[in-house]
Amino acid sequence: MPERKGNYTISFTNKPQVVGYAAAVGKKESEGPLGSFFDKAFTDELCGEKSFEKAETHLQKTAITTALKKAKITKNDIQCAFAGDLLNQCIGSSFGMRDLKFPFSGLYGACSTMALSLVLSGVFVDSGAAQNTVAAASSHFCSAERQYRYPLEYGGQRPQSAQWTVTGAGCVVLSNQPKHTSRTVIDRAIIGSVRDLNVTDPNNMGAAMAPAAAQTIAQFLTDTDTKPEDYDLILTGDLGSTGSRLLIELLKDENNIDISGVHNDCGVMIFEPETQDVHSGGSGCGCSAAVLCSYILDNMAAGRLKKVFFVGTGALLSPTSTLQKESIPGIAHGVLLINQ
Amino acid sequence: MAFLVGGAICCFGEALKCLFTKAGLNTDETKLAVCSTLIVITAILTGSGIFDKIAKHAGAGTAVPITGFANAVVSPAIEFKTEGLVLGVAANMFKIAGPVIVYGTVASVVYGIIYWITTLF
Repeated sequence: MPERKGNYTISFTNKPQVVGYAAAVGKKESEGPLGSFFDKAFTDELCGEKSFEKAETHLQKTAITTALKKAKITKNDIQCAFAGDLLNQCIGSSFGMRDLKFPFSGLYGACSTMALSLVLSGVFVDSGAAQNTVAAASSHFCSAERQYRYPLEYGGQRPQSAQWTVTGAGCVVLSNQPKHTSRTVIDRAIIGSVRDLNVTDPNNMGAAMAPAAAQTIAQFLTDTDTKPEDYDLILTGDLGSTGSRLLIELLKDENNIDISGVHNDCGVMIFEPETQDVHSGGSGCGCSAAVLCSYILDNMAAGRLKKVFFVGTGALLSPTSTLQKESIPGIAHGVLLINQ
Repeated sequence: MAFLVGGAICCFGEALKCLFTKAGLNTDETKLAVCSTLIVITAILTGSGIFDKIAKHAGAGTAVPITGFANAVVSPAIEFKTEGLVLGVAANMFKIAGPVIVYGTVASVVYGIIYWITTLF
């Protein structure tokens, strides 16, 4: 059963196993440094569909079906799916569930959705409320641009702090069934609180999310009485290079914690900053989902990483709130993945 | 860069003006033909995905001349075709350029009133 540890952290006693995972991405992501780790790369930005929204659904469905195949679990064995995306009313996920027919809980945690879906999946599997669950998230550059910013062909300029929404999806299958022999499990999790330091620039979401990430990391380290050196990697979702710098500074200034030796960010890892013209790095639900469900979990399976604290970061803004000059609330949820 | 690209577009406009004048068009017809030609070229470059790549480096150089306005109308028209011709293309075509038209019209009315007042004295 999940147990509370400290003020914010949940400790899993049955250790839900990561029995399958997969990532599907677009062309630009497949040309990045992690290109060879993704299970499926689409060269066509529409993924053979008629709209970008349908393409995003296709990406997420591909990640889910591939993860199930790798886990050797059939669709009928999944007792709950937790999935989300960036589209209005979460259609990227829910439309895919029309065909998959899982019991489905749609989530919105902005770009922190992969971590949020993993936390909830973990609680369900650890408590026995479900034996096998699916946790998934996706984003698509083209569908996000048209919803949050400008049409693709509009000739504008982006500031250096802006990030590039990742076209990608990731899925993790969790199970409590003893027949599985995966050594990677979820040990602990933390649901973050909203933090807003009055950043209003939607082109600088790394700065809006960094304070929330700092808060969640500090709370988790306090609750578990651990130090950054106890982890192989503290992996944030999509702070980009601007947000990562701020996160390290904030933790040093506010909490006297130095994570610079063990920190990395999915938004920094997924693209080549010099040649891929993405400014501060990648962003979107698909960013952390695709990096976690490929490079990171591959390295854990191979034993090169043994203890990874994955912190999904989300900027909870909407196009309406931006126009109404609201500041951007940030949120960060965390999951501790360990090898048993 | 903006200065160079913007200047180049204006020089191209001047060249077009000379060309149309030589072809026998009067002053009013030439003005119209130059604008239309630049708009058509921008629409083609936007549709073929080239304009935004130039604008990324040129900034105000492509945004300030009539090319910027044409791009602001054509790009949402392309983008929203998946939502249909009426509620997609037509409804969203002036999403970016709309405010320019509204405040451009308001400014011209204000200017007209001020001009009219000055003629009274």
